[in-house]
Amino acid sequence: MIRVVDVHKRFGTQQVLKGVNLEFVTGKITTIVGTSGCGKTVLLKHLNALLLPDRGQILIDGVDITKLGQKELYEIRSRFGVLFQGAALLDSMTIFDNVAFPLREKTRLGESEIKKKVDDRLEQVGLEGMGYKFPAELSGGMKKRAGLARALVTDPEIVLFDEPTTGLDPILASSIHQLIARTQKAFGYTGVVVSHTIPQVFDISDYVAMMANGVIEAVEPPARFQASPNPVVQQFIHGKTEGPIQVL
Amino acid sequence: MLFLLGQIGSFALRQLAEMGRIFLFLLSAFGLALRPPAKLRLIVHHLKTIGVDSLSVVLLSGFFTGMVMGFQGYYSLRKFNAESWLGSAAALGLLRELGPVLSAFMVTGRTGSAMAAELGTMRATEQIDALYSMAIDPIKYLVSPRIIASLIAMPLLTAIFDVVGIFGAYLIGVGLLGVSSGSYIVGMENAVVFQDVYSGFLKSLSFGLIITWVCCYKGFHAPPMATGVSQATTESVVLSFVLVLVWDYFLTSIML
Repeated sequence: MIRVVDVHKRFGTQQVLKGVNLEFVTGKITTIVGTSGCGKTVLLKHLNALLLPDRGQILIDGVDITKLGQKELYEIRSRFGVLFQGAALLDSMTIFDNVAFPLREKTRLGESEIKKKVDDRLEQVGLEGMGYKFPAELSGGMKKRAGLARALVTDPEIVLFDEPTTGLDPILASSIHQLIARTQKAFGYTGVVVSHTIPQVFDISDYVAMMANGVIEAVEPPARFQASPNPVVQQFIHGKTEGPIQVL
Repeated sequence: MLFLLGQIGSFALRQLAEMGRIFLFLLSAFGLALRPPAKLRLIVHHLKTIGVDSLSVVLLSGFFTGMVMGFQGYYSLRKFNAESWLGSAAALGLLRELGPVLSAFMVTGRTGSAMAAELGTMRATEQIDALYSMAIDPIKYLVSPRIIASLIAMPLLTAIFDVVGIFGAYLIGVGLLGVSSGSYIVGMENAVVFQDVYSGFLKSLSFGLIITWVCCYKGFHAPPMATGVSQATTESVVLSFVLVLVWDYFLTSIML
């Protein structure tokens, strides 16, 4: 169980998070939605301590990771898989080497075991036979798939998805959403998705959290979220420019 | 007045904090380099990018520097009827100063800027965050092998620069301007002592460290945008040049 307790974060003069409280249920997918620039990615980067809060706690199984030393922090991070917005593949390596990278660096598996595992993951994300290519030779959707294969190759308990469908056409976006849903069912990880592609994300989410003005305004299962009387939620779902969410 | 003092104080504190971060960066890169497992494959890879890939530019610049020294040395020494000292003048100048400094400049331009740009791009495209996320220390993976490789490559490149430079000066002095080959070689043998070679070696070692340290730091902490990468690259090259010259002054004043 991941709990975010009263997290505040400021960059220079801009207060991005103003007391975020949120729980992520183990083995379920929670999607954080909100307007561009509202702080969703900043919140996501707090979950595996890529960013540390100015105030507040990030509890993973009751342990406040903001107080951990470097060594313990790396142990916690090895329980995570992350799919970054641009996939963040290491561009000096082939796709195979990118996916194999965390196994080679962090495990004692032999090369034949690594090959089998990497081939399995590449097949699961629909990239079988593409391992020899470099990231620069792949389309946006294929990069995301490769990023997902890398995020899943260590069998993580928690997977973070930072805007997994940004920049993709609707068909590719749907295929990535289906991939997330399918892999979550297969591996049973706790998924945290940051997105603003509604209503598509409702199909893959167990819970939807609405972020606005630096706080979490609502957390509901998708059906109840869509029917929520909360004016912030309704403004976001219907894309209205007037309402409680300040549009810059 | 108070406002002005406040601004100066705040600027000084920011600079002090930045200096602290730069030193901690180096300490952690060294500390992680000593911690197993050693990244031998990466060290060899960076030996190629820092050493082998810089070889052509070092050879070319060393050869032409030597030839210029041949002309200039001959012109100066002829005024004192001391042309026979050309070999010793060229060798001492190259071994003690020009070899380490100019090869450091070449490596900064050829490899240091590339290091800063590569790490800056990795920062901008979240590849460094991805390493943190995979529980891999990016300083151990990206910076430590580069520092070790530069400590090995830089003295070797400097030695090559020195040899090629001395040969260039020989070609001009002996081949073109008529200095006796024997006096060129013997003068060099008599004038150069181990201390000259040693001081050049120490300089090249410390310049290698400065270049990699500065360029990696600037790239690693580049603002995550296109202008951030270009800014980091420019700053890393300029700062490396300046620090190499300043450090050269200190080393020269100590070791002369």
